[in-house]
Amino acid sequence: MTIQTEKGMLSYLNSTVKAIPPSGIRKFFDLASASKDIISLGVGEPDFVTPWNVRQAAVEGIETGRTSYTGNAGLPELREEIAIYLHREFELHYEPMKEVIVTIGGSEAIDLALRALIEHGDEILIPEPCYISYSPLTRLHGGVPVGIETFASDQFKLRADALEKAITPKSKVLILCYPSNPTGGIMTREEMLPIAQLVEKHDLIVISDEIYAELTYGMKHTSFASLPGMKDRTILVSGFSKAFAMTGWRMGYACGHPDLIAAMLKIHQYTVMCAPIMGQLASIEALRHGMEEKDKMRESYNQRRRLVVTGFRQIGLECHEPHGAFYAFPSIQSTGLTSEQFAYRLLQEGKVAAVPGHVFGLGGEGFLRCSYATSVSKLNEAIERIGNLIIMLSDEKK
Amino acid sequence: MPGGLVMDQLKRKLLELLNTDARMTAATLATMLDAEEEQVKQALREMEEEHVIIKYAPVVNWGKVDEDKVTALIEVQIHPEKGRGFDGIAEKIYRYPEVKSVYLMSGAYDLCVEIEGRTLKEVASFVSQRLSTVEAVLSTKTYFILKKYKQDGVIFEDTEGDQRMLVSP
Repeated sequence: MTIQTEKGMLSYLNSTVKAIPPSGIRKFFDLASASKDIISLGVGEPDFVTPWNVRQAAVEGIETGRTSYTGNAGLPELREEIAIYLHREFELHYEPMKEVIVTIGGSEAIDLALRALIEHGDEILIPEPCYISYSPLTRLHGGVPVGIETFASDQFKLRADALEKAITPKSKVLILCYPSNPTGGIMTREEMLPIAQLVEKHDLIVISDEIYAELTYGMKHTSFASLPGMKDRTILVSGFSKAFAMTGWRMGYACGHPDLIAAMLKIHQYTVMCAPIMGQLASIEALRHGMEEKDKMRESYNQRRRLVVTGFRQIGLECHEPHGAFYAFPSIQSTGLTSEQFAYRLLQEGKVAAVPGHVFGLGGEGFLRCSYATSVSKLNEAIERIGNLIIMLSDEKK
Repeated sequence: MPGGLVMDQLKRKLLELLNTDARMTAATLATMLDAEEEQVKQALREMEEEHVIIKYAPVVNWGKVDEDKVTALIEVQIHPEKGRGFDGIAEKIYRYPEVKSVYLMSGAYDLCVEIEGRTLKEVASFVSQRLSTVEAVLSTKTYFILKKYKQDGVIFEDTEGDQRMLVSP
């Protein structure tokens, strides 16, 4: 029997899925891919290849026949190493067998956490601009995303008064992502304490996406889960992608209260069973012998961070000081263009790809996400090209 | 200094960065290291004067240049001189322009000498006529280099490159 297609295949689709717009990043990816000689500042991943010893650990695993499933929550050695690492670096105490789950990238961990928590109609508080998946995932699971705008004048930190205004009786979860993709903003312990008080007062759960925790400059990252009273209220999400240059391995993890982790594990076991064993073996090696390499990469990002921020300011773009991740988020408002118009012309005329800020939600319009995880010579060239476009734009205005 | 780098630290960081790309300008280096351009210039001047930085030369993959070149590593056993040890004999060897590098080694032999010539014959004749005839040289073992994969931390034919997508979240 053939499917009745007169009404179109789309009519078979779930209406929530249908209602979700495709990612704005996708559009730019297509545009950039169609152009030639592009310098890309649009890449959301390290420019390093995974360290050799980490790659070798996976190869060795394959060669010695380690090709089976693992326990749903991940190899015990890996969960132990994660707990040891989080304790050493961020003063966190997780029981590896009950409070840690290994996931397919931080992305799956976010999905699991939202699925495990959201009841239809629950409001999910999301400081924006932010990573592009939080709001669509919230909708997919029947929740209502409530964006909270953050501002360049606050270095894109979440302010307690803004959070309190957004809280209603339906609020259930707050998603935090500091250091931030796309802004590079961070939050210090002191700045997070009033947030923690509100979380307590309004009985919220926090999903803290700390995938960029290793990439802070000038100060060490404080995990939200390490604040007084916050461990049980926080699902910590992290992974290996950014710190160890392992994006393609899709290795992440979540830590939290045993009841929450058990619920997430239930979903995880029915959807993906377990993270691939090769990636788990590589991740063990990264945690045991990858710290020196990780520190070197961080230093290199920091050097390039100074270069682009100084460069943007020199060509006349306001740019808040990004203390984390590997993004600068300069304002292009002085050009009079929207971020989409600017990014489009930059791509077409300047041959530089960067992601327009509006795709990251509230507060993103007027900004451009520029990843500085690329070579110094390309960064210098990109800054020059952006500077030329700005001169051209100001000539047009006259 | 703004970043709190003291001169010695600054110098070390400069060397590390220049080792990745010796053509970076003082301005770029200063920005990257959170230092003043003047300080960077001074640090570079000092290191040049002290011969910490000997010169700024490219790492060349001569195998890709359309020119014949033969390189050999030679293990040399020598009889050290009274009073001067190995230094005088080493100098007698390293002064020849054909000699690219000379290291004093621990272990089974004394000097490791790298020699470059246009042909195998040229290298062979240098070893037999110039090197072996130095009075203190007891023996030589010559190994020809067939291919260079990596030199001074640089992989010659690195196929890994940047394989990332142009735009990603």
